[in-house]
Amino acid sequence: MEKKGDAPLAFDEMIKADSGPRVPYQNYHDWYSSQDPARLLAKSRDAENIFRKTGITFAVYGHEDSSEKLIPFDIIPRIISGREWRKLAQGIEQRVIALNAFLDDIYHKQEIIRAGRIPRELIEKNVTFLPEMIGFRPPGGVYTHIVGTDIVRTGEDQFFVLEDNARTPSGVSYMLENRETMMQMFPELFQLNKVQRVEDYPHLLRQSLASLAPPGCKGKPRVAVLTPGIYNSAYYEHSFLADMMGVELVEGSDLRVIDGKVKMRTTRGYEAIDVLYRRVDDDYLDPLTFRPDSALGIPGIMDVYRAGNITIANAPGTGICDDKAIYSYMPEIVEFYTGRKALLENVPTWRCSEADSLKYVLEHLEELVVKEVHGSGGYGMLVGPTASKRERAVFAEKLKARPNNYIAQPTLSLSTVPILVNKGIAPRHVDLRPYVLVSDKVQIIPGGLTRVALKQGSLVVNSSQGGGTKDTWVLED
Amino acid sequence: MVMLGRTANGLFWMFRYIERAENIARIVDAGLRMSLTRSGASDDDWGAVLLSADVRDIFDKHHDKVTASDAIDFLLRDLSNPSSVMSSIDAARNNARMVRTALTRETWEAMNECWIEMKQMLARKLKSADLPEVIETVKRRAGLIRGAFHGSMLRNEIYNFARIGTFIERADNTSRILDVKYYVLLPAITQVGSSLDNMQWESILRSVSAHRSYRWVYDGEYKATNIADFLILNGQMPRSLAYCYDKIVSNLGYIGKDYGERLAAHETAERVRSTLQKTSIGTIMDQGLHEFLDNFIAHNNQLGQEITEGYRFYS
Repeated sequence: MEKKGDAPLAFDEMIKADSGPRVPYQNYHDWYSSQDPARLLAKSRDAENIFRKTGITFAVYGHEDSSEKLIPFDIIPRIISGREWRKLAQGIEQRVIALNAFLDDIYHKQEIIRAGRIPRELIEKNVTFLPEMIGFRPPGGVYTHIVGTDIVRTGEDQFFVLEDNARTPSGVSYMLENRETMMQMFPELFQLNKVQRVEDYPHLLRQSLASLAPPGCKGKPRVAVLTPGIYNSAYYEHSFLADMMGVELVEGSDLRVIDGKVKMRTTRGYEAIDVLYRRVDDDYLDPLTFRPDSALGIPGIMDVYRAGNITIANAPGTGICDDKAIYSYMPEIVEFYTGRKALLENVPTWRCSEADSLKYVLEHLEELVVKEVHGSGGYGMLVGPTASKRERAVFAEKLKARPNNYIAQPTLSLSTVPILVNKGIAPRHVDLRPYVLVSDKVQIIPGGLTRVALKQGSLVVNSSQGGGTKDTWVLED
Repeated sequence: MVMLGRTANGLFWMFRYIERAENIARIVDAGLRMSLTRSGASDDDWGAVLLSADVRDIFDKHHDKVTASDAIDFLLRDLSNPSSVMSSIDAARNNARMVRTALTRETWEAMNECWIEMKQMLARKLKSADLPEVIETVKRRAGLIRGAFHGSMLRNEIYNFARIGTFIERADNTSRILDVKYYVLLPAITQVGSSLDNMQWESILRSVSAHRSYRWVYDGEYKATNIADFLILNGQMPRSLAYCYDKIVSNLGYIGKDYGERLAAHETAERVRSTLQKTSIGTIMDQGLHEFLDNFIAHNNQLGQEITEGYRFYS
């Protein structure tokens, strides 16, 4: 199993088989070669202690006894040259602009449907499409204020977008804490390499959010982060971002609609909020509009929103961009709204809703990765090449029962970056999630979250499935 | 700056629970000392210890009789006891997570490390040989949190709500310890100088870590009225009721000044402090120590309630 997944052909970002370290890794590799391996292993343990002490944990649902886990951190950085990054950044910017235009369109004139580029039912029958948003334009026309675009690489110049996270991308706190930890542990590396800053992210996020305050907001906008609470898997990130931005971290129970504004209960009474960075899903946002049983939301917030008295980031109804069936149309979407071919490629995708595709997918399950259209976190997917015959057979039945619910993609030979192991270093597959902020401009933070599959040969990088993270360096060159 | 009512609540309870964990550890320490220094029937003493910790009722729901090892386990580790050391530290940390943005990194990390260490230490049933170290660790960890807090936090409303929580809890603990043993302190029935009394008195002082400081203040003589005076009225003794109320009044005062409003809580706290300032230990003893403490506990609870409502902790 390992041999098959760990194809010898995988592109290693640090070392070329024939000619040694690649250019961006040259300085790091020289430094690494001069290090005492025992010291590095000790540092690696130090890093774990730093994370544990800081409480950078995430909750794993369904694990009563071990409800808080650390995401393993690998101390070998993932390094991207400035040239590579510029190319990526252009592609991401184009894509994010297209996503916002797409959202504006599907909630207004629906020209893309009328032009016959996307089937109507894929939009209107989609559970993540919110009819409540039809005809409403959020402040500044921005729907997705914060986007995480998942990128994979298969060769020197082969980059693909694996998925778009336009609803509530998480993980940015790891980008920041990973950098912080690396700078604490290896200050000398940051003298040897000119690494672009990621530390400004919280500041830029606050500025970006504040700049999209509703038109009625006079004076300095009050920004708050809405969390489902301390038992949410990403609670650490919510509190971290609120802390770093210097804004309140609120829960639904702190908020109430009073006189047409959303207000928070302070020790001195109720005070209005202008911009809410919500880390609560659409379904739970407003029990009067969506799930009536939600205790996490604020009754009536959607009315306040539509009256233009609060900005919600990201806007409700943006989750449709995360739909993997919509994803399969991204090349058309980008071209339709920007008038240019997409700079970043999509991974070829079979829509199982189409009979021909379904037939192909069922016949080639052992080569493909099959995903639920609304899935995330690596749950509910089949990695054909590493699955057992039985697992494939079971999955085939699910596919036939609900073909609309699935898409399939070829198993890409993801690039590898070495991780530190007991006997030196060993290559492991990685992906990359850069973070994008949208206001009147698009800002892409040079870096992002590199997720790494820690198991030899594994292609699944999700932290809920045993993945780890690395600090991601974009060099100044 | 504004503060969420929920944040004020979280700070208040985070510090109440840290204080409680430490106090429970002291009470267990005193209990252990008693059972070491006296031969025989120490199970009765553990019954009194459970009373001081205000958990006798819950204990009885889970156990038929009081034994030293059950009582110790219940006080230190048992999560079905909401006031056990482990439950208190869990609750303190959950509150700290909730108010994470109000705490300095130092304070949060001290809290988190306390939780990590205690969780590990209290994962399994303890052997009696481990107890001194466990108790020491609780006290040391609580001290580290306090130290980080004092050394790094701004002196603002965050600080004040945390301090008020600390002192309301502390006053509650000290008054309960006294109340459980009030009969030992009554002059009428004490056999002055007997070794039994000395041991009981020392146990009371030990529960508030005051067995040494007492000797400095009162020249070494154990005397029931002095002990009561020390723990109730002595303004230098950091666990006395008078000291706690001095602090509560001043911390509430800062918030009141800051917000420009006085609430019912201010009146109550000042009234209690003024009573403690004006009365003497003789008067208290004459009017009845038990009645005095009962009345004090009721007012202390009332103050907690008035703060909860006045500063919109829940609604």
